[in-house]
Amino acid sequence: MVLQKIITWARVKSPWIIHVNTGGCNGCDIEVVDVLTPRYDVERLGILIQGSPRHADVLMVTGPATQQMKDRLKLLHEQTPDPKFVIAIGACACSGGIFRHSYIPCLGIDTVIPVDVYIPGCPPKPEAIIFGVAQLLAKLQGKDSPVITPKKIALKDLKKSIEEGLAK
Amino acid sequence: MADKKKIKLGSPQTGCSSCIPNTFEIPLGPQHPALKEPTHFLLEVEGEIIVNATPRIGYVHRGIEKLAETKTYSANLTLVERVCGICSHIHSISLANAAEAALALEGFEVPLRAQYIRTIVAELERIHSHILWLGVAAHEIGFDTLFMLSWRDRELTMDLLEDISGNRVNYAMNEIGGSRRDMNQSQIDRMLKYMDITEERMERYKDICINENTIRMRTQDVGILLPQKAKELCACGPTARASGVAIDVRYDDPYSAYGEFRDIFNVITYDTNDVFSRVVVRIIETVEACKYIKWMLKNIPDGPIFKKAPRKVPEAQILSRTEAPRGELIHYLWSNNTNKPYRLKITTPTLSNINTVPEMMKGDYLADSTITLASIDPCFSCEDRMITIVNNDRRKPKIETWSESQLRKYSNDWHAKNKRWKK
Repeated sequence: MVLQKIITWARVKSPWIIHVNTGGCNGCDIEVVDVLTPRYDVERLGILIQGSPRHADVLMVTGPATQQMKDRLKLLHEQTPDPKFVIAIGACACSGGIFRHSYIPCLGIDTVIPVDVYIPGCPPKPEAIIFGVAQLLAKLQGKDSPVITPKKIALKDLKKSIEEGLAK
Repeated sequence: MADKKKIKLGSPQTGCSSCIPNTFEIPLGPQHPALKEPTHFLLEVEGEIIVNATPRIGYVHRGIEKLAETKTYSANLTLVERVCGICSHIHSISLANAAEAALALEGFEVPLRAQYIRTIVAELERIHSHILWLGVAAHEIGFDTLFMLSWRDRELTMDLLEDISGNRVNYAMNEIGGSRRDMNQSQIDRMLKYMDITEERMERYKDICINENTIRMRTQDVGILLPQKAKELCACGPTARASGVAIDVRYDDPYSAYGEFRDIFNVITYDTNDVFSRVVVRIIETVEACKYIKWMLKNIPDGPIFKKAPRKVPEAQILSRTEAPRGELIHYLWSNNTNKPYRLKITTPTLSNINTVPEMMKGDYLADSTITLASIDPCFSCEDRMITIVNNDRRKPKIETWSESQLRKYSNDWHAKNKRWKK
């Protein structure tokens, strides 16, 4: 029981990720790299990008899993040591997106490997990616996933805040 | 520089030649820490030195050209933006230009303000792409400080793009017949302010790259591509310009609003032919792009930003050339008087530039292979327009080339099986 607690603590504090592109358009990939750079800087949360799947805990997968990449994605998933978690980033990885009706069956990565967290968007903003990772970490701890409660803003205030933002 | 290669290649073999092979094969990719996208290079090495390199592409084939035939022109603009996430805007400019050129046969004209807005966004995209590349190249040579700094400065440009278009990556600014969004005065003021900052930062990076030993020692005399070879192998964009070949579609064949400031336009070339030269060319191009944006913002005309275009595009075959951040981009459009294209063929700059990589790698150290590959600014998602079918038996891989009749038979069989496929 105590051991389990320690293991969970260790996992939550340093989820090392590997970034896999399965034939996407690069849009999600630069947003993933953006997350690691100074403005968003997820290294302060212990998230570190790794070069080899054997060192990683979390697979961050982008792209619709094209015919050529399917087998390779499966191989990468097998190479990652247990316990492993998969995050599907972008509309393509979630469902195939705009390429769903193509003659190459691009139907999303969950037709190939099991997925824990889906982050929709074409591409999702870096904030959304961080939120997705936070949800995965909450899932590991057995907590309820964090929810963003939308704030009510009067339309007048919104216009005012936009004008202020533009004037900056 | 040229004879350096000869000396390296002629190194004598020692030891038992019968049991140890002279060369070894090292695979690079499809998943590799140095590659952000899937591609494969088979490197043949003799000790530490690369003797031969064979690229293998096709991992990112998604069937975009065929998909384009099933969508209307307006929907196709959304589709071609997804060819590549970094140079998304230039793809949609290319297709819009092609469709508008066909419509111009019936006397259709695009408002000048829309052309200016398109060009401003295209130049902003060039700035963010080049700064992105600078960071990636710095990461490849192990200079992570520059990677972090340059990506921090890139965020300014991303803010501007988000400010104008509402999106960070796929801007969706174009429509057949003009632009979807206008710019107001406060946005223009903000852009002028940010361009000053970006220009100042890029001048600083120019200083760093030219004077800093960390960069010079890893990039000078690495990945040499002589001008003659660059022409032979059809290099384009910054890769060709870094070898001293002055080609730039923006200057040679102006499209959108590039014709308006052709007299202040500079084609940047550099003559050391190595990776260092490509770094310098891209940084100076970024500084130049800031100048063009400032000129355009000061001279942007008033007027409408959109003119409603007829849905049917008259029958024509159009070749539309544009200058993407990586080189010359070609969209070939065959319209047939309907609201959908009959054929759309996309040729991207990386497809031309990828042929130069084996030439650059030959005679260099294995450790330099990643920076040499990165120096052409590869974008494999742009490039994969074809697919090679390899049979499933892993022990005896055999590449099959299909004839047209075989393809037609495969297509008919496939459609008979998958009748619910949405056309």
